[in-house]
Amino acid sequence: MNREDFPILSDDVVFLDNGATTLKPKVVIDKMNEYYLSYSSNIHRGEYDFSIRADQEYDSVRDKVSQFVHCDRDNVIFTSGATMSLNMVVFGYMKKHLKKGDVVLLNKAEHASNILPWIKLREEIGIELQYIPLEDDYSLSLESIQKCISSSVKVISLSHVTNVIGDIRDVSSIGKLCHDHHILFVVDGSQSVPHMKEDFISSYMDFLCFSAHKMCGPTGVGVLIGKRELLEEMDPIFYGGGMNVFFEEDNTYELKNVPTKFEAGTPPIAEVIGLGKAIDYLLSIGMDQIQKQEKDLKNYFLSKIKEIPNFILYNPNSESGIIIFNLDGVFAQDVAIYLNHYHICVRAGNHCTKMLKDEMDIKNTVRASFYFYNNYHDIDIFVEALKKSKDIFKVVL
Amino acid sequence: MDENLRREIILDNYQDPYHKGLISEDGYLRINSHSDSCIDNLDFMLKIEDNIIKDIRFDGEACAISTSASSIIIRNLIGKSVDDARKILDNYNKMIHEEEYDEELLGELIVYNEIGKQPNRMNCAILPEKAILDLINQ
Repeated sequence: MNREDFPILSDDVVFLDNGATTLKPKVVIDKMNEYYLSYSSNIHRGEYDFSIRADQEYDSVRDKVSQFVHCDRDNVIFTSGATMSLNMVVFGYMKKHLKKGDVVLLNKAEHASNILPWIKLREEIGIELQYIPLEDDYSLSLESIQKCISSSVKVISLSHVTNVIGDIRDVSSIGKLCHDHHILFVVDGSQSVPHMKEDFISSYMDFLCFSAHKMCGPTGVGVLIGKRELLEEMDPIFYGGGMNVFFEEDNTYELKNVPTKFEAGTPPIAEVIGLGKAIDYLLSIGMDQIQKQEKDLKNYFLSKIKEIPNFILYNPNSESGIIIFNLDGVFAQDVAIYLNHYHICVRAGNHCTKMLKDEMDIKNTVRASFYFYNNYHDIDIFVEALKKSKDIFKVVL
Repeated sequence: MDENLRREIILDNYQDPYHKGLISEDGYLRINSHSDSCIDNLDFMLKIEDNIIKDIRFDGEACAISTSASSIIIRNLIGKSVDDARKILDNYNKMIHEEEYDEELLGELIVYNEIGKQPNRMNCAILPEKAILDLINQ
């Protein structure tokens, strides 16, 4: 659906790499171009018409984000992406508030951006990282989390939807569990916010991170949302213009309030405005409709996998539009190169989840990830290419 | 080169690579080599005695091009002097980058003489060459 909104889809391409990044609709590109062509200026610094308009457009995106994921608009911080957002949580807040021996619960299906910062923090201050066991289908159950909770657990950090298995975690129950045990709940929404309704307040989240480019928005911008009292206590990672009230020769300084104190320097103005348009665009389609389309596509694909020789599927149970597979005896990268021959875009590798190999006993897989603009015809082309894959080396060599 | 023969040589070396599998024995230099742009990730070990390449082995996960190139390079280099090995690797590198090279030195490695037409696969072909050269230079 809505394929006509994406100029790039007029080419003969089957884009199934939406977990990595999504395509951009023309309305988002036009909105960003409009900033550059009609009112290009810095924000919060000028008294002229262009600048005032840039202020209004930029600041209005905070309202759009807050309505999109249900949070207070003043607790929305623009970052460079989910990776920066998670690093801000870990090094801006946790470094200051956790102490040696405090336990952070993670799991091995998490993306590098939600594990590596914690490993670095462990190295710096001696926190303890524990990995919640996954189920046989690599999903994460509430029971498994409950079993890991102790008085030492101070933080649970996890993705709402994982980027490889694509299982949807029950964040509202996990959030309630955290709330009841006074555990901070950090959520990586990179693979959920673009695909389904997200609710920061109702899910008892303390921090929520996501990127614009995975939700029809531009690269280079993301969001960090935090509870007000936590953001008040959080230190910025970057210091500079726009975020301070004053600084003096005697080394005194004062920072502006949340969220401004976290947005030092000139922000990615066009990108933030583009993110706002992407939110408008997704809401015009409807998040329930988007989620349903992806699930329908996955089910349609699953109904056809018996026709594909040597097909190994790793995530039949997950509810999102992600397919993780290998062709028996073929290296994942060679499968991706083969599919490219048919203009089918997929991702091969470990997908930045380098610990998941401990659970899956396989390092590299192929990921096909759907978005609402994919259709049954895309799936048919994908399946037909895979069916012909016994000749794979005639194509890739 | 005949396309079927080219494919057959690459596929043979991919599916049944020469000296794949590392051993725990002293006297070897070791290196890991991984690509920044794809998922090829291979470990190499090399033994030099009296200026002669006595043994090279490799292991890891990599695509058909990277794995087969490792296999063929290793078969070519074992028993050669360090200087000859350098010459072979240098000419191989030039061939991949579509520069002038001496075909006589390369043997079966000429199966990759058109890899330069697929820029995203050049790194795959170069990975074993760079790794083994790094070991020799150690």
